[in-house]
Amino acid sequence: MSPKPLDYESINENVKKVAYAVRGELYLRASELQKEGKKIIFTNVGNPHALGQKPLTFPRQVVALCQAPFLLDDPNVGLIFPADAIARAKHYLSLTSGGLGAYSDSRGLPGIRKEVAEFIERRDGYPSDPEIIYLTDGASKGVMQILNTIIRGEGDGILVPVPQYPLYSATISLLGGSLVPYYLEETANWGLDVNNVRQSVLQARSRGITVRAMVIINPGNPTGQCLSEANLKEILHFCFQENLVLLADEVYQQNIYQDERPFISAKKVLMDLGAPLSREVQLVSFHTVSKGYWGECGQRGGYFEMTNIPPKTVDEIYKVASVSLSPNVPAQIFLGLMVNPPKPGDISYLKFVTESKAILDSLRRRAHIMTDGFNSCRNVVCNFTEGAMYSFPQIRLPPRAIEAAKNAGKVPDVFYCLKLLEATGISTVPGSGFGQKEGNHRAIWFSFFTVTSFEMSLMLLLSGSST
Amino acid sequence: MMRRFVAGRARNLIASLQRSLSSQSPRNFSSAAAAADIDPSIMSSSSTTPVTAETLNPKVLKCQYAVRGEIVTHAQRLQQELQSKPSSHPFNEILYCNIGNPQSLGQQPITFFREVLALCDHPALLNKSETQGLFSADAIQRAQQILDQIPGRATGAYSHSQGIKGLRDAIAAGIAARDGFPADPNDIFLTDGASPGVHMMMQLLIRSEKDGILCPIPQYPLYSASIALHGGALVPYYLDEAAGWGLEISELKKQLLDAKSKGIVVRALVVINPGNPTGQVLAEGNQREIVEFCKKEGLVLLADEVYQENVYVADKKFHSFKKISRSMGYGEADISLVSFQSISKGFYGECGKRGGYMEVTGFSADVREQIYKVASVNLCSNISGQILASLVMNPPKVGDKSFESFSSEKNGILLSLARRAKILEDAFNNLEGVTCNKAEGAMYLFPRIRLPRKAIEAAEAAKTAPDAFYAHHLLDATGIVVVPGTGFGQVPGTWHFRCTILPQEDKIPAVVSRLTAFHQAFMAEFRD
Repeated sequence: MSPKPLDYESINENVKKVAYAVRGELYLRASELQKEGKKIIFTNVGNPHALGQKPLTFPRQVVALCQAPFLLDDPNVGLIFPADAIARAKHYLSLTSGGLGAYSDSRGLPGIRKEVAEFIERRDGYPSDPEIIYLTDGASKGVMQILNTIIRGEGDGILVPVPQYPLYSATISLLGGSLVPYYLEETANWGLDVNNVRQSVLQARSRGITVRAMVIINPGNPTGQCLSEANLKEILHFCFQENLVLLADEVYQQNIYQDERPFISAKKVLMDLGAPLSREVQLVSFHTVSKGYWGECGQRGGYFEMTNIPPKTVDEIYKVASVSLSPNVPAQIFLGLMVNPPKPGDISYLKFVTESKAILDSLRRRAHIMTDGFNSCRNVVCNFTEGAMYSFPQIRLPPRAIEAAKNAGKVPDVFYCLKLLEATGISTVPGSGFGQKEGNHRAIWFSFFTVTSFEMSLMLLLSGSST
Repeated sequence: MMRRFVAGRARNLIASLQRSLSSQSPRNFSSAAAAADIDPSIMSSSSTTPVTAETLNPKVLKCQYAVRGEIVTHAQRLQQELQSKPSSHPFNEILYCNIGNPQSLGQQPITFFREVLALCDHPALLNKSETQGLFSADAIQRAQQILDQIPGRATGAYSHSQGIKGLRDAIAAGIAARDGFPADPNDIFLTDGASPGVHMMMQLLIRSEKDGILCPIPQYPLYSASIALHGGALVPYYLDEAAGWGLEISELKKQLLDAKSKGIVVRALVVINPGNPTGQVLAEGNQREIVEFCKKEGLVLLADEVYQENVYVADKKFHSFKKISRSMGYGEADISLVSFQSISKGFYGECGKRGGYMEVTGFSADVREQIYKVASVNLCSNISGQILASLVMNPPKVGDKSFESFSSEKNGILLSLARRAKILEDAFNNLEGVTCNKAEGAMYLFPRIRLPRKAIEAAEAAKTAPDAFYAHHLLDATGIVVVPGTGFGQVPGTWHFRCTILPQEDKIPAVVSRLTAFHQAFMAEFRD
């Protein structure tokens, strides 16, 4: 049989280089076991609804009405939908040109982008321009679009935190760029030290790399740390000095579990700094409907806001967005609802607030339970999850375990995670998938949606006995 | 206010970018390089640069997409002028005939599909007794069935990166019922529209500017844009306008040899069937030749079949390339084939939902792993679109409660499209110097305009391609938006434009009369 026209050897090398551990080896093994009938708990990805979190009622009511506008003509519609959901559905339909089934503006519906701009303005206290807010099929697509605009070749480097959400490393590989890592300080609660970043930049430049952009994930993924205002100021000054675009992944801005460091957007801090920085530093900020207390991952809704990006660059970004025609319209409506939720006095307000608060309170409780739980295990150290949705404990594996891993041809944390999976059905992602400092320690990343107390103690049991 | 961007005007690329790109420029489009003017503020900047037009990825600069290009910018400006001053133009509305976006022009969605979607979006409805009165019984049943296939009945959760298994099963069954040959749900990748699937394949196939993809000219510019974005070479093959936009194997062979002689490794052949913008439906014999050609030359066949439900002529039928290959006795070992389908077209026209899939057959396991890996970085496509794809491939059947109303909606739309295709085709053929091939399928007409020399000279003076010149004048006079043929590619020296057949039937007479009046005036002004 002659070689196939596309065989493994002739695939684009950049594709081969891509690694995305979130749905890699562990996930595939877990899926296999699930098919064999084993009960699996998937904690590998921030996918709240898959683990029992219920969707908020109001947005689902609104979108259902938008999907089936004939309902709005039915005299009985008021029996099963509250009046404010009906009104809101009519409002969003009026913003479309032909309902949910028509391609919108390639940047997203102007009316919804206006709602997003108003949200940003309320949040930050500075005006926001809907013209430079682009809605995307999930924040990930937005990240890919922006990185694709920046990266010309392997000579272009992007600063990425380690550990990081592997969308960044995967996309940089795919686009043929260079990942320039900067290390977060585990002993300082995953803090970001600008000196580390400066070091990384110098090292990259000495290798002939032009560092173009810096990614921050705030709150962090997988690390959960919330950046302080002082930290953000340092970062912005750094980007100004080094002529870098700041890419601020802020998708977890609604997930904050401590009160010392509330979320502050990079945009707000930038504007607070005033001229010249506020007029010069280039910034792209990303948000989504997939996280927070909404958790609407399956809708694929997100946006990015550009600050100080030159008009001609914006035109090029628009052009590439137009090739995909438009982001999906139902998700745009979810975004509109997220930035413009029911207000006090609205019929659905009480239920909406009750549902939202319950989710956030529960997440905060679980952040504590998981952190304390991990810290009570032998040879496990875990920073507190200040935000986002993940625990990233460090496991000190004994030499025998590391030996056994080597014999099995596996990286130690992959080995540990596979054993954990086989024994308990809990599917996690090994720390090597996110990047971590070289050394004896290995970490696993563990999304803490699941966890009933029974399952928790099972996991603790295992952690205790594996050494 | 829309920022203007420069596609369609000839500008000079910044010299260094131009040098690196000159080996890749497709010769058969006169679409201009999309470079920016040099931003004066960067002239004095240091060598590490922020993100300006000079420092962007050159592949982004090179990429063009005329469907939402300059003509649309112009139209939106006129639309705003109409809003602020309704009498400012000789027309009272803009008619967007540039894009296959049926529901934006009044086409109604299929009721059954929307019923199922609403129930899946808000499953709490299924617990209410009033729901029985508001939704058809089989829609309720189908929603339950779909929800049962979704882990935890959670439509807000990321699914499997290829799409929900149960929905892929339904799609595979639909493909098998359509073709008479089995389909494997594991071969199916659900995507946010068909376009992301095309991008994925280009990403895999294109290693450098030496990798070429054979594309029809004229083509839907997703292909040229995607090839440019991934840094490959577009290898054109010309469809024969005089033969109803027929595809000749001799032309494929000629272009393949030509490319090879230039050191290009041709990796794949794109076929759009039914064609866009050309509308031709391939004859079975033709399709068999194409399959043989790909097999012999070791090319991946990329079959864009998004218009498979849009066939308007009795003497042609849609046959999938999968069916043709299998009926020739060719299986997984013989032909590498990727078939694209979408929920945006057909009679369902659900563009805004972004749903579609690619069926990937004839690749080794390790290649499929790579495809899966790329799909997984984006986690999954939107669930609503996935559900719609399964409904499109598995619609109500004879005996189902909704079958009759479904059929009547479907046939109503398809017959109307066929009528509009014919009316507009005749209208174009009645214009002086204009010939227009029949739209056998898809949603477009692609008339050829023969412009007088004076018009061509005026276009040159305005630094615009002649068909763009015509299209802008048409827009200014009538409010009708069409896309210049330059955006799709055409035999050099010929000019066309693409017009959709989508305005509602009651608007068609006005479209025809305004267009005719404009054309007469234009020819009178520029006649030799």
